[in-house]
Amino acid sequence: MTTKAAPAVPRSGRLRSLIPFGYLSPTLLLIFVLMVIPIVMVISYSLRDNVIVTANPVFAGFANYTKVLTDPDFIAALKNTAIFISVSTVAHLVLGLTFAMMLNTKLLSGVTKAIFRIVYILPWLFTIAVIAVIWRLLLDPAGVVNYILQTLGVVQEGIGWFSDPDIALWAVTFVNVWSGYPFFMISLLAGLQGIPADLYEAASVDGTTWWQRFRHVTLPQLKPVIISMAVLDLIWTSQQFALIWMTTGGGPLNTTEMLSTYVYKQAFSEYEFATASAAAVIVLLLTMILAFFYVRSQRER
Amino acid sequence: MAVRSTRLKKLMAALAAATLVGSMAACGGSSDESSDGTVTLEFAQWWGAELPAGDFDEIINDFTTANPNIKIKLLSAPYASTKQQLVTGAASKTLPDVVGLDGAWVNDFAKQGAIADMSALMTEAGYDQSQLASQIQLDGKTYMVPVVNFVYPLFVNKDLLTKAGVAAVPTTRTEFSDAAKKITATGSDVKGWALPLDTAVPNGIQNDVMSWLWASGGSMLADGKPNLTSPEVKATVEYVKSLNDAGVIAPGALTMKEQDKVEKFTNGQVGMMIDSLAHINLIKEGKPDLNFEVAALPAVDGYSGKRGIPYASWGIGISDSTEHKAEAFKFVSYLMDQKTNANLATIANGFPGNKNAKPDFSNSDPLFEKAFEIYQAGTPANEFVGLPKSEELMRSFDEQLQLVLTGKTTVDEALAKSQASWSEVIK
Repeated sequence: MTTKAAPAVPRSGRLRSLIPFGYLSPTLLLIFVLMVIPIVMVISYSLRDNVIVTANPVFAGFANYTKVLTDPDFIAALKNTAIFISVSTVAHLVLGLTFAMMLNTKLLSGVTKAIFRIVYILPWLFTIAVIAVIWRLLLDPAGVVNYILQTLGVVQEGIGWFSDPDIALWAVTFVNVWSGYPFFMISLLAGLQGIPADLYEAASVDGTTWWQRFRHVTLPQLKPVIISMAVLDLIWTSQQFALIWMTTGGGPLNTTEMLSTYVYKQAFSEYEFATASAAAVIVLLLTMILAFFYVRSQRER
Repeated sequence: MAVRSTRLKKLMAALAAATLVGSMAACGGSSDESSDGTVTLEFAQWWGAELPAGDFDEIINDFTTANPNIKIKLLSAPYASTKQQLVTGAASKTLPDVVGLDGAWVNDFAKQGAIADMSALMTEAGYDQSQLASQIQLDGKTYMVPVVNFVYPLFVNKDLLTKAGVAAVPTTRTEFSDAAKKITATGSDVKGWALPLDTAVPNGIQNDVMSWLWASGGSMLADGKPNLTSPEVKATVEYVKSLNDAGVIAPGALTMKEQDKVEKFTNGQVGMMIDSLAHINLIKEGKPDLNFEVAALPAVDGYSGKRGIPYASWGIGISDSTEHKAEAFKFVSYLMDQKTNANLATIANGFPGNKNAKPDFSNSDPLFEKAFEIYQAGTPANEFVGLPKSEELMRSFDEQLQLVLTGKTTVDEALAKSQASWSEVIK
């Protein structure tokens, strides 16, 4: 039996090793068409002289990259994006954890918790367009928020939350925090419910305070969830375009210009598709750094 | 179950890939002449999306009934997506046969050789050009013909004006600023004027700022080159600044959008605004009892010349790569003919591109007839039409104006910087 089969092994083995690729081919084809081709095209655009609007673009090397990296608007966008995503992620985390712990408490009845669960998750159910419209109305100089502040005597004149260069970035960050915390809350709630109760029991037998239990039981148990959520959120928030575009459009005076709005303006208002591509490649590289940490944290688990 | 679902996923993936490849193949070949000699023209525009449902199809049907050998395939999409499609189509020389154009795109498209020289087609067809109200040209050749024009007059809330004790609608800058101050003084939530300067869509520069310049016969160009440091432009920006300093502009101007302006006017939060006539219906729907009027834009004191009135148009052009230029022009001349053009202008609430066409005001708001008089007495003015990257020009000017209004720079410095950045674009 073995002697007979032996000569056939290498041939069928080689064939057999190809079979998995046969099964994978539809997926590979999709990845190739939907991911590889567009990315390679954008990279090649970024290396050429004003593509798309000129018939015969020429190779320009890294000129577009130099142009983008020395553009003060791009540097400002980079800085704004850094502030926007880091503040958003930290606030998402703090708010999400607070609300998750409130929903996980034994002090409230099931009905109360169910009601609050619905209330807390509402912002997540709205699409960005709706969120932008709601907050534009609320934060209008003659809007609800200013009316309340004026009635309470906190401010004398209506504040232009989105139109004051000193406040606008914080206003859009606030709206983004508002719209994004429920996702953290839900994920962390699931994590909290997965922490074994005996850990807390053992801790209270040892005579620990609430704060000690939070620091030494809850946080270490949630750490893997927190890390992957935070990295994912940094990546997602860095791509936030619609919210910025529909509330401030990058203004006033570029104070809310993000990398995403910068790329859009380069492409569709200046028709500088080459510099837009170069900026997009830079954003891709920055995002890949975050993705690298995400993959590494996943592997460690 | 797990096995079945993965198999299902694979099948789905394979199907998706197959459809994708299939649709890409379909995109490649587009034969538009069938065996019986019928020509199909593709017509990309945003007009169909803005007209009452079915009205535009009726106009097209009348054409195809009269010309059975030509079929029209309408590609209707909202303005912004039409623009993006055409920008990429122009670059890849795959524009639809007939395209709806905004004057702001003409320069870029013509330079890329994407749209055809219509002057030649008109001569070829023996077309009487004198009936056209205007033609958008580059180097003496026509690339776009405005089919319907939408003007931007001054809207005035009569009740607020009366309440402020102003008897007549302002006709000069001094009167306007005086009226705006008085309206602002009537209540804490009311301001005289709205100025939308949002940089995402910076057309406030064209409609709400430069319109002041054009209304007094001024120009931001000299021999086709930017001339932003002229005394007229400086006076205009200083005027806007004086209104801002007087606190008569509605707060939030730096990120205000066009729709916010209309909304504030509709709600009686601002007394005056410069806006498209097309919004009359919107305002009346929002607040049927709002007592307002349209008027020509105020000019500098003592100005007696013709008043420029800003406009936007539905323009039309022909792709340079189409094989059916003659048929395409036949369709264009149909849209421009006296009867069709008047009809189209009427349903669009705009003004006809054919000089002899007179829109039918019998069913429309009396304000339209009033505006038509203003339009005929003045002259359509929009210097951004035909300029390259006009949106970018508006945006860079907008950013400088914002610096002026927030006190971060002087008028002279802002205009010098705008002049420099415009000169880089307009060579």
